Formats: sequence, C-alpha cells, structure tokens
Amino acid sequence: MIAAVIPLPRRHPRAFLGVMAIGWLALYLGLEPLSEWLVSLLPVSRAGHLGGAIQFFLFDTPKVLLLLTGITFVMGMVNSYFTAERTRSLLAGRREGVGNIMAATLGIVTPFCSCSAVPLFIGFVQANVPLGVTFSFLISAPMVNEVALTLLFAMFGWKIAALYLALGLSVAIVSGYIIGRLKMERHLEDWVRNMPHIQPAAVAGGMTLGDRIAAGFASVREIVGKVWIYILAGIAIGAGIHGYVPQDYLASFMGKDAWWSVPLAVLIGVPMYTNAAGIIPIVQALLAKGAALGTVLAFMMSVIALSFPEMVILRKVLKVRLIATFVGVVAAGILLVGYVFNLVL
Amino acid sequence: MKNIKVLGTGCANCKTTLKLIEESAKAKGAAIQLEKVEDIQQIMSYGVMSTPGVVIDGKVVHAGGIPGREKIDQWLDS
Repeated sequence: MIAAVIPLPRRHPRAFLGVMAIGWLALYLGLEPLSEWLVSLLPVSRAGHLGGAIQFFLFDTPKVLLLLTGITFVMGMVNSYFTAERTRSLLAGRREGVGNIMAATLGIVTPFCSCSAVPLFIGFVQANVPLGVTFSFLISAPMVNEVALTLLFAMFGWKIAALYLALGLSVAIVSGYIIGRLKMERHLEDWVRNMPHIQPAAVAGGMTLGDRIAAGFASVREIVGKVWIYILAGIAIGAGIHGYVPQDYLASFMGKDAWWSVPLAVLIGVPMYTNAAGIIPIVQALLAKGAALGTVLAFMMSVIALSFPEMVILRKVLKVRLIATFVGVVAAGILLVGYVFNLVL
Repeated sequence: MKNIKVLGTGCANCKTTLKLIEESAKAKGAAIQLEKVEDIQQIMSYGVMSTPGVVIDGKVVHAGGIPGREKIDQWLDS
C-alpha cells in the first residue's frame, strides 16, 4: 500500500498537501462526536465516573496523537529548510545580543539530537559563531522543541504552552548571553581552539517539495513512533488517578507555599534524562495532584535541558569550569522561571 | 571495493545506519569495507556537523539522520 502512495506526493505535491490537510482537519473535528458515539455503544452510563473516564481517554488519546502527527509532519518539512549547516552560516559572525536571540529562535526549527551536540558545537565555534551564541542554541534546541510544545498545548492548553515557549527562549537567550559575557573561550579544550577556522558556505538546499513531504513523513515515523507510548501513559495516568489520590496530596510539599520546592525540583531534574515526551506523564501526574505549575515546569525544563549524559559528551570539548558554569547559569535561569511562574499564577 | 565509513559518536541512529548499510550490501552481494568512526576529532575532520554521517571513498555523501533504503542502494550501485 505504501508503495502505491509514494508517487503521489512526488508528482502532485501541492494537491497532496491540500488533501492531507482537509483529511486531518475532518478527522480532528470528528473526534469528539466519534468518541461520544463509541461510549454510547458501551454498556456503561455516560454520566458515571467510568463512562466519563472512558470518553476522556477515547477522545484525548487520538486528539493528542493527531496533533502530534500533524505538527511533527509540518516541522519535519520546516526542518528541511533549516539544516544545521544553514543555521550555522546564519549565525556566523553575529554580535552578541542579536545573535543570542537568533540562536535561541533557530534552536526551535533546526533539527537537533543530543548525540549531535558535540559536532554541532565544534562546527559553530569553527565558523566563528561566538561562544555565548552557540550556547543559546545548545540550550534552546533540546528544551524548546515542537514535541514539548505540542504536548503542553494538547494536554494543558495554549497558555501553558505559550508560557513555556516564552520562558524557555528567555532562559536560552539570557544564559547564553551571560556565558558570552564571562569570556570563557579559554575553557574550551585545546584541540577545539586550535582547529582551523572555516568560512561557512551556504549549502544549497536542492530539495523539491516532494522531498520535503518525504522528510515530513520520515520525522513522523521517527518521532511519533518513538513517543506514542509515553503519551498513552500520560493520558492513562491523567484519566486513571482522577479522584483516586486526594487532589491536594502533593500541594503540601510541591505547592506554591513551599519555597524550597523549586530548587528541589531542579536538583532532582538535572541528573534525570528523558525526552520531552517521556516527561509528560510525570508532569500530568504532578499537576493533577496539586503541585504548583512553576515547580513542575522548572522540573520539566531541567530534565530536558540539563542532563548528565550530555555533560559527559560535552566534556570532550569543554573544560570542567565551562561545563560547571553552563549548568550553573541554566539552572539559575530555570529556578527563576519556576519562582516567577508560582508568583504570577 | 568501496570503503564506507559511518561517522557517529555512538548514538542509536548511527548504529541503525551501520546495520542498514550492512544489510543492503549483503542483499546486493556488493563487496564493501565498512568502518565506524567514533572519534570526535576524526569526525570533525570531515566537516560533518550532524551525525550520523556517511563517507564513501573519502567523500561525504550524507549527514544527519538515518539515510533511506533507496539512498543506500544508490550508493552501493554507483
């Protein structure tokens, strides 16, 4: 079947995209009535606790998965315009300030995997991208990504997603700027500093729209294929613990009034590592049980942005002082975000 | 005989890439010499920024993400 579908986007990419968009929208809008209809077929009362939970699960699961599929597809296509090489040539020689803002923003749309962090880092430094600007990119790329944003939007609403976006970008921009101000270039490993500087060449894209559609599908396969299980777990937790654990169980020690909960959350979050999707079930459970939003977001950011395995990889290019500064500055930024959130909301 | 190097610091995608090339070569009966380059300094000497990268006879043909099966078959054919 797949073999029969493949030539279509290649021959008529625009028409194919249009049909896909309409189909996606129809499916998305049809989910709620469909889930209601399915529940009405079951021998449970719709008004009851169980009926409500089942309807929630049947509606929410496909909704989140559909959103994620749509967004990863679009981002897969967008990513094909912003290769790491292109981002690098955009950032080369930028001044600090503007450069930090650009780097953090480009971090959202440039494809990034933490296993590429080191080659990317060196590639940037080689092309004369200032150190602080490079860090802005390295902080933003894993933390502010489409998967985290989509999941926050689908499960907690657009306000929380927008706040996460704004604060994540701020942490990346400010932390990178501070690291740049500290003039820590000499804490790069010697062999990195001694690498010949290169003039980054703008890489010609040379991709057709059909190729980009294929790239979109590839990223859906890769990302949704990997994270659907976490999402399912997250929704199941959300539906399952509703009403079983007292609503304010965690409020006493993770609520707004416990000032020490934010640093504690960051401290616990740093050594942990998982991707944006893996953390969502935990976030869901914490929020449902009365933990304060700022505390939970600080926890989420520190898990995604700072991780022990990444430090080990970065140690190959950075001296310990610089790594410690990086962790310290970013952790402080996240801490601030947590407090501001708890204060404002 | 083609010399194929897979550049990568040991992430899952790099291992998958290596395996895919191996499989494809076996299916075609193509004789290749497959190497895995994990040393970061060596990887950088090819100018590759996103891993996994694939180098055939000293020339970078791919960087970033797992290459598709079609692409691999093309490399082995040409």
